[in-house]
Amino acid sequence: MDLFFALALQIVYGIASLVLISLGLAIIFGMMRVINLAHGEFLMLGGYTVVISTNHGVNIWFAMLVLAPLVVGIIGVLVERLLIQFLYGRMVDTLLATWGLSLLFVGLVTSIFGAQTATTISPPLGVINIGDYSSSAYELFLIAVTVVLLLLVYAVLKLTKLGLVARATMQNDDMASALGVSTKRIYMITFGLGAAVSGLAGGLLAPVTGVLPSIGATYIAKAFITVISGGASILAGTTAASILLGGINGIMAFLTGPTLGEVALLATAIILIRLLPTGITGRFFRKSL
Amino acid sequence: MSFDRRTFIKGTSLAGLTLMAPGVIGRARADDKIKLVSILDQSGGLDIYGKPMADATAMAVDEINAAGGLNGKQVELINYDPQSNIQFYTQYATKAAAGDKADVVHAGITSASREAIRPTLGRFKSLYFYNTQYEGGVCDRNCFCTGSTPAQTVEKLVPYAMNKFGKKVYIIAADYNYGQITAQWVKKYVTDNGGEVADIEFFPLDVTNFGPTIKKIQAAKPDMVWSALVGGAHISFYRQYAAAGMNKSVPIASTTFGVGNEHKLISAEEGNGILAAYSYFQEVPGDDNAAFVKRFKDKFGADAPYLNELATRSYEGIQLWAEAVRMAGTAERMPVIEALESGISLAGPSGNISLDPKTHHGVLNVYLAELKDQTFNIVETHKAQPPTDTLLVCDLKANPDQATFYFENGLEAAGIK
Repeated sequence: MDLFFALALQIVYGIASLVLISLGLAIIFGMMRVINLAHGEFLMLGGYTVVISTNHGVNIWFAMLVLAPLVVGIIGVLVERLLIQFLYGRMVDTLLATWGLSLLFVGLVTSIFGAQTATTISPPLGVINIGDYSSSAYELFLIAVTVVLLLLVYAVLKLTKLGLVARATMQNDDMASALGVSTKRIYMITFGLGAAVSGLAGGLLAPVTGVLPSIGATYIAKAFITVISGGASILAGTTAASILLGGINGIMAFLTGPTLGEVALLATAIILIRLLPTGITGRFFRKSL
Repeated sequence: MSFDRRTFIKGTSLAGLTLMAPGVIGRARADDKIKLVSILDQSGGLDIYGKPMADATAMAVDEINAAGGLNGKQVELINYDPQSNIQFYTQYATKAAAGDKADVVHAGITSASREAIRPTLGRFKSLYFYNTQYEGGVCDRNCFCTGSTPAQTVEKLVPYAMNKFGKKVYIIAADYNYGQITAQWVKKYVTDNGGEVADIEFFPLDVTNFGPTIKKIQAAKPDMVWSALVGGAHISFYRQYAAAGMNKSVPIASTTFGVGNEHKLISAEEGNGILAAYSYFQEVPGDDNAAFVKRFKDKFGADAPYLNELATRSYEGIQLWAEAVRMAGTAERMPVIEALESGISLAGPSGNISLDPKTHHGVLNVYLAELKDQTFNIVETHKAQPPTDTLLVCDLKANPDQATFYFENGLEAAGIK
């Protein structure tokens, strides 16, 4: 019984971490149809913000929850202004441009901070025991943050004027601009927000993962698979795909081993895309956000 | 200013000619230099290993030249960066052999990169040094492997760790040939020492969530965990393991932890108590090593990376080759190979190392160390360890005409299925 609870918690955590690494990409891809291949590097930059600032004595919570999204959000706005804004509607070009961008970020971080940066942080919050099993309390915290983040994004999109205008712009930008919306500004803000969410995710994962300039590559594939499997709806799609893929991955990893866990995740995604080419929310929950 | 295509081409081609000229002259003059080509990943995912190796390589060549070169000739270092891309390895190896006409090539980090260039260098008869710890099994007259192999380090660390922690071992390893082969050696030595392997798990190199495995380890209740995890993503294991409080109850031993400077990338309290074994640690005692570390830090500044086996062996590999060139009185390939096969030895930073003529592998000191506050403390030293795994399958004295990679590396010969 203890094992069941410990494992259930582990699987929920696996799902939450998938949501966390994919949400920023989902916002940028789902709202703007921009394929951001530099998404992994946004996560990496969030992680670096935390490692570098805590090395300089900044409080870890402030670094993770405030600095990481702020720094990466600003980088996101700059990227949108300097690069992405010229490429709207040209999917292949954005693909190439953001891939180049990801190489640039890896190179920049390596030349500024070196191939590796020593760290002093470890996961805060200690250990919780479930019978014979122990888990990190920080994992529980990450699950909670993920839920709050989803609610927050929902609230912004659904309840604020910015969210309304943003959704209108994404649906029909000509009409939106005819009605007096500055679509340029909306695109910039959306991209910045997506980057900020990625930065936050990277920052939050920094204490439980290795932070290296090239670490983005390990996230990008999973984030993409999740977002594509999820389909057009940002929140419902990402959440549904994360639950499905993360759940299967966690259960298979426990039953057979991590290699087959990864295989099961990929096989599920392939079958899913074959049956539902527009993703889960292309068929189900179509009206959701 | 008016600027048309014609003047542009005229201008640039002229500039091109002037730029090229020193190159042409340089080449003519370079004949009285000995050419050493280094091919190591200094960018991309493997730069964490490659940069310190390239730094140590540059230092070795500088020191040889400052001491008057080899047999009166200066050594010219030609440095290529294959950017963690196997395709560039083959390209640069061909360039080194056919274009630069290198006297020796020191190259390769992953086994994949070594196997990509070893046949090329063999075909062009370019002497080849591979200075990385690896799974063992290369048996090639043209190739010298100076890094440690699993039998050297695993054989020593297993009994020490089992004595300290207990007999039930849970093995986790990276899912490619190095991890697979190392895991089998660990299993063999655990069983030989009267222990029990609870389970072996393999991880693709991009796994970052180790939660399910940590739960399985908790369910299996081993006395210790043996890690043969590799690379940046796998650093997550040590952090998540500590976050679940496991590092306090089930300690970790490893022959891969530390070589990517993992001990600096996790915090002190996460890493304390981890056991590791290599043929070199920066903390190895002795004046030679202290002086070597100081020279390295002076040369590359306060931010110089931690010196691990890979970097130091790159330095020692070049010094071994240099010793052979002095001994042979020439940098020509066959005399140098014969000198290297004469039982040549070197007092390097890692202690006395020599080359085993049968296998072309290093006979090395092996150090066991315990991590405390991001620093390794040496707890045991085993002098002059032969590469027993490769020795089971390779004898270049009896049969010099081979260029084989025994993929199973003696696993079968050692009775491991």
